[in-house]
Amino acid sequence: MSSRLADIFSGPGAPRLITYVTGGDPDATRSADILRALDRAGANILEVGVPFSDPLADGPVIQRASERALRAGASLGSVLDLIEQVRSDVDAGIVVFTYANPILRFGVEAFTDRAAAIGVDGVLVLDLPIEEAGPFREQVVSAGLDQIFLVSPTTTDERLAAAAALGRGFLYGISRLGVTGARSEVGGGAPQLVSRVRKVSSLPIAVGFGVSHPDHVRQIGQWADGVVVGSALVDVVARQSESDQLAPAVEEYIRWLRSGTDAVGVSSDHEK
Amino acid sequence: MKMTIETPPAGRRDPDERGYFGAYGGGFVPETLVAPVEELKEAYLEARMDPGFREGFERLLQHYVGRPTPLYEAQRWSRALGGARIFLKREDLAHTGAHKINNALGQALLAVRMGKQRVVAETGAGQHGVATATACALLGLTCEVYMGADDVARQAPNVVRMRLLGAKVTPVDSGSRTLKDAINEAMRDWVTNIEDTYYLLGSVLGPHPYPLMVREFQSVIGAEARIQIQAQADGPPNVVVACVGGGSNALGIFDGFVDQGDVKLVGVEAGGDGMVAGRHAARFVTGTVGVLQGTRSVILQDQNGNIEPTHSVSAGLDYAAVGPEHAWLRDLGRAEYAWVSDEEALAGFQQLARLEGILPALESSHALAYVARIAPSLPAQSVVLANLSGRGDKDVEIIEAQGLGGAPAGETAS
Repeated sequence: MSSRLADIFSGPGAPRLITYVTGGDPDATRSADILRALDRAGANILEVGVPFSDPLADGPVIQRASERALRAGASLGSVLDLIEQVRSDVDAGIVVFTYANPILRFGVEAFTDRAAAIGVDGVLVLDLPIEEAGPFREQVVSAGLDQIFLVSPTTTDERLAAAAALGRGFLYGISRLGVTGARSEVGGGAPQLVSRVRKVSSLPIAVGFGVSHPDHVRQIGQWADGVVVGSALVDVVARQSESDQLAPAVEEYIRWLRSGTDAVGVSSDHEK
Repeated sequence: MKMTIETPPAGRRDPDERGYFGAYGGGFVPETLVAPVEELKEAYLEARMDPGFREGFERLLQHYVGRPTPLYEAQRWSRALGGARIFLKREDLAHTGAHKINNALGQALLAVRMGKQRVVAETGAGQHGVATATACALLGLTCEVYMGADDVARQAPNVVRMRLLGAKVTPVDSGSRTLKDAINEAMRDWVTNIEDTYYLLGSVLGPHPYPLMVREFQSVIGAEARIQIQAQADGPPNVVVACVGGGSNALGIFDGFVDQGDVKLVGVEAGGDGMVAGRHAARFVTGTVGVLQGTRSVILQDQNGNIEPTHSVSAGLDYAAVGPEHAWLRDLGRAEYAWVSDEEALAGFQQLARLEGILPALESSHALAYVARIAPSLPAQSVVLANLSGRGDKDVEIIEAQGLGGAPAGETAS
């Protein structure tokens, strides 16, 4: 079973870079520019966040991004419009990153049909752990999409195995406890988490939560298949949201972060 | 009066293994919270079967909370309404002034049993925050309470009480700055500090096992009331009425009567300014099924699945989701739900103050307003039982701001 996400992780090369931005932040037009800039800068997978009124797993940076996007009128429907608009311009994989309720309101089948039709590759639902994911995952998989599960340092071995069996594309490893947000250091539990995952899963594993510097990317790249940058990137968007240099600033930031991945891989040339 | 009341046997009305009451409930939490929620579930399911744990809880309820709370027949008010006999379950006379202390003590005991040293909680009206701060002071636990910034302003007396009890009160500025935002923030704290921290949720909400656990800690209300009403009215009530925010005081009193099929159970939601989006908290009127803060239930949401703002004069009912067990009882037809407006609730407050010398909480005043609506048309021998879930001292400034503070001009004492 091949998917774009699986292909992205196949073969040697530098650890893959996965970027998170909230869709529709600061507005629909500039959000599309940001997604294109991320792709130009060499991001391998674009996680596009669906703004939600009650983002309880997120720290202040992504909470505020959600609020900006909601004020600009964004919704799950408009995020899908946004993806449809940029899909043909970007090579990167695209993952919809959301809380459960917007999808439930949209209708699960309506969502998976539309997502598959516009070229979404995967779906990650923050507050839908494997125990609650059953019928939803069936629908996602039957639409040809990858369901991505989170695993954290508190995930038991038994549940790691279940996530590995049910997940597609890659597993998203949370490097430390807490909400999303940049930190000066990567969580110390991450290498151990990755090695626990390796024992039960052949899926690639990407690690995030707290990534904000090429050193973090380099460090995580030594043992994980991918590195996720979220809040630190969203912070760049926030700082530049009034500026006409928003997309260039995002592009420059990702190139800077990628200087960390290029130092790790066998080849310094990133292949797409 | 000496009265020994055992809490009802645990496991009587359990949800399924995954915490579902029919189609509602479950555990919709971020991955990092799955393990601590599971740890909590195991600890609670074990504790509830441990006679030592139950004894310790019941001892505190009796000697510290002052249970059983009285059942009081409001004769002047009944006469004024001209219909049914009205009985009030006086949870306002429990220590700290509301039913919230029952659950706070139960969960704080569980926190100690689990070896946690720190407790976080959310609060809306401040009653759960005060109860939690109280339980933490009693049991030697560190306590931090999250409270929406708007609620901090409108329930200032309770903020002072929490601080005097040694709790840290942290105002929450995000979102709508009310109860749901306080829950978000408390969950964020918990997910960051799961090693030493216990999340003491105040209502029958959140992921399994909270809706079950909170209802069981509150079921003492109904267990007492069932015996008391039998003694005072020579039979079960015709109707049991309680206000419903998350719905813990309602499930607490309903629990004593849910197996008596001819006792009508009515939950009263906050109608705020009326049925306009954003101006009320009547989930069963305009709400739809969705997932909020760990549980699937009936919620107020917009067409994009974002949670709608709510409004109620009472901070404790100002919340967009109703406890999952209420949604189930409603589907089953076992309970029914009504709403009353801010204005009616304030009128209910006034009636009880003037006719019975009791200042009820604005939350409880919603139940009273519903009683005032139905009692006149009920036969004289019928019995209405209302849960007076809390006292209104915290609300006096709000009431006064509504121009309802003093005696109307020209009125003299009779």
